[in-house]
Amino acid sequence: MEKWEDNRAWFMVLPVFVIVAFSAIIPLMTVVNYSVQDIFGPGEAYFVGTEWFAEMLSNTRLHDALLRQFLFSGLVLLIEIPLGVMIALAMPAQGWRVSLCLVLLALPLLIPWNVIGTIWIIFTRPDIGLMGVSLNALGLEFDHTAAPLDAWVTVMLMEVWHWTPLVALLAYAGLRAIPDAYYQAARIDGASAWAVFRYIQLPKMRGVLTIAVLLRFMDSFLIYAEPFVLTGGGPGNSTTFLSIYLVKLSTAMDLGPAAAFSIIYFLIVLLFCWLFYQALQNVGTGDKS
Amino acid sequence: MSLVFEGVSRKVGAETHIYPMDLALEPGSLNVILGPTLAGKTSILRLMAGLDKPSGGRILIEGADSRGIPLRRRRVAMVYQQFINYPSFTVFDNIASPLRRAGLERAEIDRRVGEIAEVLKLTPLLQRLPAELSGGQQQRTALARALAKDADLLLLDEPLVNLDYKLREELREELRAIFRRRSAIVVYATTEPGEALMIGGRGSVLVLDQGRLLQSGPTLAAYHQPATLRVGAVFSDPPMNLIAGEVADGRARLGADIELPLSGQLARLSPGGYTFGVRANHLFVARQSEDDIAIEARVELAEISGSETFIHAAHSGTSWVAQEEGVHSLGLGEAIQVFVNPRHLFAFDGEGRLMAAPAWSAAPMAAQ
Repeated sequence: MEKWEDNRAWFMVLPVFVIVAFSAIIPLMTVVNYSVQDIFGPGEAYFVGTEWFAEMLSNTRLHDALLRQFLFSGLVLLIEIPLGVMIALAMPAQGWRVSLCLVLLALPLLIPWNVIGTIWIIFTRPDIGLMGVSLNALGLEFDHTAAPLDAWVTVMLMEVWHWTPLVALLAYAGLRAIPDAYYQAARIDGASAWAVFRYIQLPKMRGVLTIAVLLRFMDSFLIYAEPFVLTGGGPGNSTTFLSIYLVKLSTAMDLGPAAAFSIIYFLIVLLFCWLFYQALQNVGTGDKS
Repeated sequence: MSLVFEGVSRKVGAETHIYPMDLALEPGSLNVILGPTLAGKTSILRLMAGLDKPSGGRILIEGADSRGIPLRRRRVAMVYQQFINYPSFTVFDNIASPLRRAGLERAEIDRRVGEIAEVLKLTPLLQRLPAELSGGQQQRTALARALAKDADLLLLDEPLVNLDYKLREELREELRAIFRRRSAIVVYATTEPGEALMIGGRGSVLVLDQGRLLQSGPTLAAYHQPATLRVGAVFSDPPMNLIAGEVADGRARLGADIELPLSGQLARLSPGGYTFGVRANHLFVARQSEDDIAIEARVELAEISGSETFIHAAHSGTSWVAQEEGVHSLGLGEAIQVFVNPRHLFAFDGEGRLMAAPAWSAAPMAAQ
């Protein structure tokens, strides 16, 4: 009886295997397959070993894109994490205002990436956009199609506007999970608002902030839609981040190099997520001051 | 420091959490607040700590109105149901935090922390973080921090409720010893009558229910002479067995058919209707002495809890609970005899006031 049930259990797992195989394993193995072959056409492929990897690793355009990507993700974390925490701290703890704040925060999260791009392109356009026209009227020349810095500012604004609410929501959840007794104890100890933040709220938010950092790092490291919609990676190559460059490569039918690049890209994301996770796990635990 | 409540009340919105209440706590006294959930125990502790302001009445500290004294200048320490420690501080730093705030020297801090850690058995754990400790160790750390503060008022809000049974027993013992050495006013809130007796057996008790102070005074006196039915109910676990009855023709009748002579404490009762009560630990399934009254009953439930058995038995519509030492297995519906001795009976009048209570001696005794 028991044995028979075991067999049936395997059968029940089969759909999951099929789905995972088609959604993850087969595409991934295809990419691995491409990355070690030179493909001229259907049935015309030659094994090239690690040649594409070597080519990609010495590709200066990839180096530039990678640097740009790190700068971008670094700035995203530096802006979004503190900003999100500040928003969460400023939010009310109870009452109808909580619902209002949550709805307002959730709004940007509900809008699709490409729509966000369109919204901000129109908003920042120097000829008809509210922000673009205003800035130019103030004497600040702003044109994201011509000035690399302006393009960066625009992409950064989109990203911060779109995703800071997620950080704020996570931080808010972390804050609300702190029992009221902690605040009472702090009041009895005569702790300042800063001490409450530094020694109670921040350590108690470590878990959710770890998740926020990982999510925001991964997501910003994979950014594609915003710069693509805005300028397609321009002006020049100024907003050509890793995924934009990758798509440029693969649409040029350089499938081998693109596949090698994909795998390198994947490993970088994995490595940095691990590093962040390790670092955040140890923050505060080695602090003996 | 002395702490006095003068008609102190506390309202939140339309809800009254504390009805006007008078209290006087002496330095070095040990006071247990006993009451079921929502009795207002935490509200009183918050008022004492100065976390909340009274809606009416005055709180006097050393005879002076406390209203003008800011929270940080009051020498108060508090321990909570939840285990509250600084999450990023080690046990040592947690215990040292009030000492550092007081600006003590390093050597003095090391000495004091070492001393307190020794008492609470935290010495091997001093370099750990709260997250690396068990619940009992976390609560010990919180206790140590409160004790390190050397406060005039030490408030404990059901500190043992979130611990498992064994640890609770253990910490209770330790706390009793620690409180005895303190010169501060100690206030200990609990829902458990047993804990109130154990911790506050030598101190006084405030019996609280639904925001009202029902009775205050020495803990043992309140246990043995509950002023009202309600106090009897709050200060008994399992709840006191109650049965309506009357006194007539020199005899007491309980329920429909239990008759007993008016002897001992019952002799003073004048004829009329009463509610009689007897604690579960004074009901037995075996005859204890010659003058025991036997009640025919049917077993409804026998709960075994640790080394005790709670036997629920019904007699003509009334359910009785007997607390017996040892493990007894009784069949459901089994006919048994429950024995009660008249000298263990309480009698309350129509308004629920205590009219007769079993004799007890106020001489020092180990609580239970």
